[in-house]
Amino acid sequence: MAEPMGFFTDTTVCIGCKACEVACKEWNQLPAANGGVNTLSGDSYDNTRRLDGLHWRHVKFVEQFTPDRSEGRWLLMSDVCKHCVQAGCLEVCPTGAIIRTEFDTVVIQSSACNGCRDCIGACPFGVIDINPVSGTAQKCTLCYDRLQAGMEPACSKACPTDSIQFGTIADLRQRAEARVSHLRGQGENRAHLYGADDRMLGGLNSFFLLIDRPEVYGLPPDPKMPSRNLVPSSLWTTLGGILIGLAGLVSFRNRGDRP
Amino acid sequence: MSEVPSTLFTAAPHWRWLIVFYFFLGGIAGGAYLIAALIDLFGRPWDRPLARLGYLVALPLTVICGILLVVDLNRPLRFWHMLLASETLTPIFKLWSPMSVGAWALLAFGFFTLLSFLAALAANDGWLRYPALTRLRPPGILGTIVVVLGGLLGFFIAGYTGVLLAVTNRPIWSDTSLIGLVFLISSASTGAAVLMLLARRRAVANAEGLHALERFDAWMLLFELVAIVALVVSLGSLARLWLNTWGVLLVLGVVGLGIVAPLLLYRRGRASGLASAAAAVLVLVGGFLLRVVIVLSSESI
Repeated sequence: MAEPMGFFTDTTVCIGCKACEVACKEWNQLPAANGGVNTLSGDSYDNTRRLDGLHWRHVKFVEQFTPDRSEGRWLLMSDVCKHCVQAGCLEVCPTGAIIRTEFDTVVIQSSACNGCRDCIGACPFGVIDINPVSGTAQKCTLCYDRLQAGMEPACSKACPTDSIQFGTIADLRQRAEARVSHLRGQGENRAHLYGADDRMLGGLNSFFLLIDRPEVYGLPPDPKMPSRNLVPSSLWTTLGGILIGLAGLVSFRNRGDRP
Repeated sequence: MSEVPSTLFTAAPHWRWLIVFYFFLGGIAGGAYLIAALIDLFGRPWDRPLARLGYLVALPLTVICGILLVVDLNRPLRFWHMLLASETLTPIFKLWSPMSVGAWALLAFGFFTLLSFLAALAANDGWLRYPALTRLRPPGILGTIVVVLGGLLGFFIAGYTGVLLAVTNRPIWSDTSLIGLVFLISSASTGAAVLMLLARRRAVANAEGLHALERFDAWMLLFELVAIVALVVSLGSLARLWLNTWGVLLVLGVVGLGIVAPLLLYRRGRASGLASAAAAVLVLVGGFLLRVVIVLSSESI
């Protein structure tokens, strides 16, 4: 197995140019949504709105302004599949279409997916959705085809500010730690990493540097595996089964009260 | 550490009406079969016509369920990918994925409902004149094995759908461990309601058998009421969000129409056939609305 690879996305240097979104669409041949007809969200410069089957990179525009708009700031963040080490989507997929690659990334094989959509609800980050062209669930592949050819993913290649960095996880974590201490040294005390260590889902192979709480960026503060509910839910249901069986016995049992 | 539930940051899997109908009809199929199995295994001989109705209902409903699930896929022709890995054609079975286990269970349940359906058709002066087929029903070792396995699968089909919802990261579904329990109880209740209606229509059951079904269903409705209250409590901070948007349908539809009203009718309706038939219809309405509330409330977040 090759070394684990991933993304480190430093949100503090993202300028919202969306070059990553375009490069991703170009390389992965993802068509325009809505047949190419422009639809505006109307409340933001973010007209992509969310990750889905046709958008595997999404630059989030978080607008924090005072009511009179005299003060404010933009938080920009290029969102993407987190390629979790413990991946909920991979766990539930009943067809085996979702695999872990030799780069420790998570890839949906479109040829095997039958569109049951279990992975969509299982993803703790809401990353996956159906691509209406293929009728299968799709998301970022961390450019698996480019990685196999020794190239870097299209989005990080296109990023003009190095907000998206690609590399080995070990190397990216070092760079990210250095960046956090640099920012803190300059007085940005809120700088912290999201998903860089293995406490979150065994580690996110695509992790982020944030300067506000995760939920401000639309990231879950405490993402979990779907299987956490499997045993308790099964036990309660089994208990119900036993109760029903007993009620059935009491109701239908043969008391021998009639010949 | 945080007030915002993490399940609110996820995306909806677009499980809508087809899935609502699958949960409802699959519940009835599982519930009717498991009641039939209980009657055949432990019940009075003169209640066997009631059990026969259960087998006659279970197969067609299970077939409809299979069709609903295939049609709901975005790539319906690939439905068999649930069972066999598409490249190697080796069986794929993931014990920790309720959808994977559920796909196999539905196939197996379909097989056993077919056996029991044939046995039911061959019973007495039935349509199928192959007396050997009646050995697929108890008494007798073969028949006992068939209904025990089929009955256990009936329990599974009736309840696993709620576990499937829990094993996601969606709001409400994965914020409680009790949806499987509620679905299972409701399935037993709606299964009993269908048997009551059919038995009445075809006049196959004696009054005693019908009263047994009513008594059983009353127990189910009481369990279900307790389980729904527990479910709401277990949702914690999300309960308010849920009740604010879907509380009316849950309280008036599921609990009021579907549980309290039939319980009152059962109490009054010992003598009156119409009252208990109305109760059975209300139970079905409530069981359907329960699936609507649980599935669509999370879908709409």
